[in-house]
Amino acid sequence: MALPSYAGPLETSWYYAFRLICACIFIFLITPILVIIPLSFNVEPYFTFTQGMLTFDPDAYSMRWYEDFISNTQWTHSVKNSFIIAIASTILATILGTLAALGLSNANMPYRSLTMGLLISPMIVPLIISAAGMYFFYSNIGLDQTFLGIILAHTTLGTPFVVITVTATLVGFDHSLTRASANLGAGPTTTFFKVIMPLILPGVISGALFAFITSFDEVVVVLFLAGFDQRTIPRQMWSGIREQISPTILAVATILVMISIALLATLELLRRRGERLRGISPG
Amino acid sequence: MTDQTAGNGVVLAADGTPLKASLNRALRKNRMRALLLVAPLMLFVLFSFLIPIFDMTFRSVDNWHVGTLMPKTTVALADWDGKDLPEEPVFAALVADLRAGAKSRQIGKVGTRLNYEKSGMRGLITGSARKSKKLKDGPYKAKVLKLHKKWGQLETWTVIKRNTTPYTIGYYLNAVDMKYDKNGEIVMQPENRRIYGKLFMRTFAISLAITIICVILAYPIAFLLATLPLRYSNLLMIFVLLPFWTSLLVRTTAWIAMLQSQGVLNDLFVFFGMVDDDNRLQLIHNLTGTIIAMTHILLPFMVLPLYSVMKTIPPTYMRAALSLGANPVVAFVRVYMPQTLSGIGAGSVLVFILSIGYYITPALVGGTDGTLISNQIAYHMQSSLNWGLAGALGALLLASVLALYLLYNRIVGIDNMRLG
Repeated sequence: MALPSYAGPLETSWYYAFRLICACIFIFLITPILVIIPLSFNVEPYFTFTQGMLTFDPDAYSMRWYEDFISNTQWTHSVKNSFIIAIASTILATILGTLAALGLSNANMPYRSLTMGLLISPMIVPLIISAAGMYFFYSNIGLDQTFLGIILAHTTLGTPFVVITVTATLVGFDHSLTRASANLGAGPTTTFFKVIMPLILPGVISGALFAFITSFDEVVVVLFLAGFDQRTIPRQMWSGIREQISPTILAVATILVMISIALLATLELLRRRGERLRGISPG
Repeated sequence: MTDQTAGNGVVLAADGTPLKASLNRALRKNRMRALLLVAPLMLFVLFSFLIPIFDMTFRSVDNWHVGTLMPKTTVALADWDGKDLPEEPVFAALVADLRAGAKSRQIGKVGTRLNYEKSGMRGLITGSARKSKKLKDGPYKAKVLKLHKKWGQLETWTVIKRNTTPYTIGYYLNAVDMKYDKNGEIVMQPENRRIYGKLFMRTFAISLAITIICVILAYPIAFLLATLPLRYSNLLMIFVLLPFWTSLLVRTTAWIAMLQSQGVLNDLFVFFGMVDDDNRLQLIHNLTGTIIAMTHILLPFMVLPLYSVMKTIPPTYMRAALSLGANPVVAFVRVYMPQTLSGIGAGSVLVFILSIGYYITPALVGGTDGTLISNQIAYHMQSSLNWGLAGALGALLLASVLALYLLYNRIVGIDNMRLG
């Protein structure tokens, strides 16, 4: 959208005004995330920039909140719990979701849209309702305040993402490949692992990433279902914000931002790989 | 494989069965395979999600307390006409039930349940249950009337009788600010006790405001991203995707650091002399905080669908309109914008659905006037323990979300949903 050479003064000024507006919106999007990074190195126990920080005095910066994060057993426990729960529920969600997506993309699947609607309903229903329902039900069967209960709950919340991404990948899937594979003597299992899986892998991985981040970031269900032993990072941040506000939260937040940058890069690489495989190159 | 034809003209497959039957068998097998692939997840979602949700909504009509814990009174009240105080048999049944309930320590549940219908009932039931042990043999009517004057009021008995049924609409009435009056008629709550109607309206109003702000903010940047060359737009896309992938609590924390009275924004305002140091702006723990933080959190959900729609619009259309003599504003409004309507619709419904069910951010930055219906549901779940009311509010919220979702499905279709 370059400015044409015949543009008049009105068009030129509108062109720059428009870019200025866009810049403001981008600043609105990114500033809060960037602001917490320097704040997490604050030497004072405040959420604000001190005079020293603004004059770039090295003494105003410190790693004390990162040290606090590493030495505090509540936080380290929550990190361990978050990874256990997120990894377990991601594996479950990916297996269940991929199988279901394979079934759903079959043209002969009866009641296709109804099934799809039911399977992705955990993504549509507000979390507070899911959490309330699971709280009653899981308490009745003794799964509240257990890792198993939270893993199952997070698996449920993660599967819709896997179903959607894998189904989307399968839309462009050439079904004659499976027939060719069967024709050449491969059984269904061989066909799946040697022919289907490599082709849908980008979809499966991005679905798994979504499932992982859903579980890793989830706090409402954890608030209702988790006991003290199952506290996750977001749960710990929640009570950190509500009860004792300390910049340790900002240190944790900075680490989480770094993790999301890594995730973003992974997804971008996957996308580029997918484009390359389909023969589309970015212009 | 060559087609074989039997003598009667039926086409046969290689193994000699009619082709039609063979094809049907193959199709059935195929369908079974599809079902078997979907079945594990379907069963899982059914047990871990759909049944729990159904169970929760069932609680909003479930009314087992009186019928189960006061069985004799329930039977005795069955043919009470409700015009005068009940007769001796009812009072005898009441005393028997209260004694049994006091012994099993379950009577408090009846008291709590009836207290939702009429305040004071908990004290009446539990107090009378405690004293019922001391009552000697009957006739009981006079003795019970002496226990508490409320037993002599018709309304007490109306409330009990109404709740002898196994199901109730009481929680739903409560959730829409209605109640039974003394005579058992359904009326609106008095003006000062109508909270849920207002809360629902506020939730819808805030969600609508956030949706509109998101459209206004997302439209320019989606347009810019869609029209820039790909190598620039991919870079700028990071500004949208990084917030999208950043933890919800991180973003909420970030907004607390930004908006609090000693926060970054207020510091800037003071520095530039826009605000006096002594009366810094109150930007958080109120409606403003909720709207700013939620807009930031939901903005990517608006940008992404808008971007994907705008990406498909050929730039030649605008150029054609301009070269045919339309001025840029007319060309934009009449040619470009109508083509983006589906993107606006998809993004708006998505943002609206997400925001009416929001819980975390309003709870942390909302204060009192920035909280939504979800926060009230959480309050009844965790603090007041009025689970029936939580269920009723939840069911109403769920119904509105499902209605919006059907709308979304009409506009976009679930199959076309794209992520990331």
